[in-house]
Amino acid sequence: MKHKTFFWFFLPTALAMLLFIAFPIISVVIQSLFTPHEAVLLTVENCGPFGCTTETSIDQEATAALKLAEPLGRFAGLSIYLDRGHLAVNEVAALWSGRESLGGFFDGLKNLPFYRAMYFTLTYTFVVTPLLIVLGFAIAVGVNSLHRHLKGLVIFFSLLPMIVTPLIGSLILFWMIDSRGVLGSAIQFLADDPDLSLKASTALTWITLMVYGVWHSAPFAFVVFYAGLQTLPQDTLESAMIDGASRWQQIRYVVIPHLMPLVTFVALIQLMDNFRVFEPIVGFNAEAHATSLSWIIFNDLGGETRLLSSAAATSVLTIIGVAILLSPVLVRTWRDFNAKT
Amino acid sequence: MFLKKITTAVAISIAATAAAQAAGHSSCGIDAGRVNIVGNEFPAIQTVGAGAVACANDNVEVKTNLTADHQKINVAGMTSNPAEYTSAIVANSSIVALMNEDVIRPLDDLVAEYGQDLKKNQLITVNGKVMAVAFMANAQHLVYRADVLEEAGVEVPTTYEEMLAGAKKIRDMGILENPLGGSYKAGWNLAQEFNNMYIGHGGEFFKPGSAEVDINNEKGVATLTMLKSLSEYMSPDFLTHDSNATNAEYRAGNVAMMNMWGSRAAGLVTEEGVPQEVVDGFAIAGPMTVAGGDTPATTLWWDGWTVAKNISDEDATATFKALTKAIEPAILDDAEVATQAVWLIDGYEPTEAAKGVFAAAAANSVPYPMVPYQGLLHSALGAELSDFMQGKESAEQALADVEAAYTAAAKEQGFLN
Repeated sequence: MKHKTFFWFFLPTALAMLLFIAFPIISVVIQSLFTPHEAVLLTVENCGPFGCTTETSIDQEATAALKLAEPLGRFAGLSIYLDRGHLAVNEVAALWSGRESLGGFFDGLKNLPFYRAMYFTLTYTFVVTPLLIVLGFAIAVGVNSLHRHLKGLVIFFSLLPMIVTPLIGSLILFWMIDSRGVLGSAIQFLADDPDLSLKASTALTWITLMVYGVWHSAPFAFVVFYAGLQTLPQDTLESAMIDGASRWQQIRYVVIPHLMPLVTFVALIQLMDNFRVFEPIVGFNAEAHATSLSWIIFNDLGGETRLLSSAAATSVLTIIGVAILLSPVLVRTWRDFNAKT
Repeated sequence: MFLKKITTAVAISIAATAAAQAAGHSSCGIDAGRVNIVGNEFPAIQTVGAGAVACANDNVEVKTNLTADHQKINVAGMTSNPAEYTSAIVANSSIVALMNEDVIRPLDDLVAEYGQDLKKNQLITVNGKVMAVAFMANAQHLVYRADVLEEAGVEVPTTYEEMLAGAKKIRDMGILENPLGGSYKAGWNLAQEFNNMYIGHGGEFFKPGSAEVDINNEKGVATLTMLKSLSEYMSPDFLTHDSNATNAEYRAGNVAMMNMWGSRAAGLVTEEGVPQEVVDGFAIAGPMTVAGGDTPATTLWWDGWTVAKNISDEDATATFKALTKAIEPAILDDAEVATQAVWLIDGYEPTEAAKGVFAAAAANSVPYPMVPYQGLLHSALGAELSDFMQGKESAEQALADVEAAYTAAAKEQGFLN
């Protein structure tokens, strides 16, 4: 393609990316570097149906003047990134110097919101992603070998978990795993423990969230792999059969190598998605046991006083986290690309 | 035939709208303007919202957006100029966020001109300026099952210690496995229960005259210990139970005693499918005290409406008039509306369901503090107390975590250096 043609071809996409990806990121970075002005407080008398009380309030006139002088707020540098709500450098340093054992140090880390969220998010990402790839692959191979009359119906039902809105899907499961729900009662019966509650224990909540994550995302892997299977070279497969390869050997030496680029693709998308895990935490009311970076952003913005700078800093950290997580896959793709050209 | 039905339906709805508009035009006295209200969604607020919408006519547009997520959108929706929302329905906690951002206007001129019928105690004044008009009061108080307490021979508790003893007795007798209920969901609800209990212990949240938090003390530890003891008589899922889920447990007959919002008490057993013994045993009483204190372990709340600052005078007048109309004494003629809340409206006669809130006010309960940084402490409590409630850390560690989380947030917001 000529450079000029390419330029005009790419221009609309570039503009959209600039507008909807680059500018918001710049805006978030700027917001994370500034904090609201120091509040000018004054003591006032508040009266209402329950009588009068003397309380503190914000002096709006003085604050308005400050805001007019510096509309962005106070420049805070990286201080928001380093405070207790985020990287907590001082707290981590104190934990490290005061550690009695490495275990104690990690327990202390889990008490800090950012590291607690990372602990769950990373565990979730690295457990759910491989499992959903394996499960999606198994479903794809299974469905592919079905009789053609059955395929349509089975494909439809296999896709359902992905079609259900995540929040609704997790709410439905939340009620089903209630200790008086269908699944909850069944598990109590199987475990022979009438007091067993999936919602009361951290370990069981984590397992529930991860099972949900696999359930929800496996259809995506399935669809991609199933599409890949339709392009499987029949000649290679037939020659493998003539050579006496078993079904397992066919899958291991013909199907999997053929689908490998798709595995990279699914891994890329799902690593990114799972790192941003959010809806199941809200749907399962699991914030007492598991939090994620996205949930922290939601919580910062949902309080009575919105913590915009804090939410912006967490957003930037999320972007950095996704970049780090994807770098091995991206490097690999880049190498493959160079090898081909 | 089908077409005919549709035509009839359309005709009827047009006629109804026209009638409503005509009625609105004649009684609200608004000539022009735009009204858009954002607020919470419980029944009393639905009534107020519907009352304001009835004021719409050809020249006046009235819209409402009543949602449980109102706090997430009201500041943003009132910051722009002109503001999207001309009014936010708030409580004594959430008005603080609007005042902090300076998005609501003083109402003194409008009250003087159009608010003659409002009672003085409905006017919320801050530093001498009217900032909101309250229409209902709310508080958390005891809701119990009279039949279960009688069966177990337990007196109606007036203190949390009695509640604990009663719960133990009910469990030991095998009547109910988890006799207590409570909205202890990690987050806002759990933090609110801490606030109640801490106030009951006579605690102060901040060092006098400053934004410096001061809860990691004996009273804080005693508060947490009591919350933990109570939770041992609750469903093991208590950290996922907000007030809706707690009410569902009560309706299902699993709960004998709980601390519940007055605004939810009236409708507690009127829903379909509630077992007859729960309906018959439903009873409410005032809030309880704790640790021999005099101040009940609860907080008083008002709900009221505000008017946005960044709107034209015409819109502000229209908003004020529509909402004043929506809380006029005549709405209490509807018996169902009268039970929806403890109305602060002239002519309100307390119903049976209002007993708990009145008892709370009579027992000198304190209002939820209207301090600019209280919301930050509330969020910090909500995020950091769940580890303690699960037995993963000590009370002192949990309180230290709350203080540290609050301090980081307060520094960011410029309340602390």
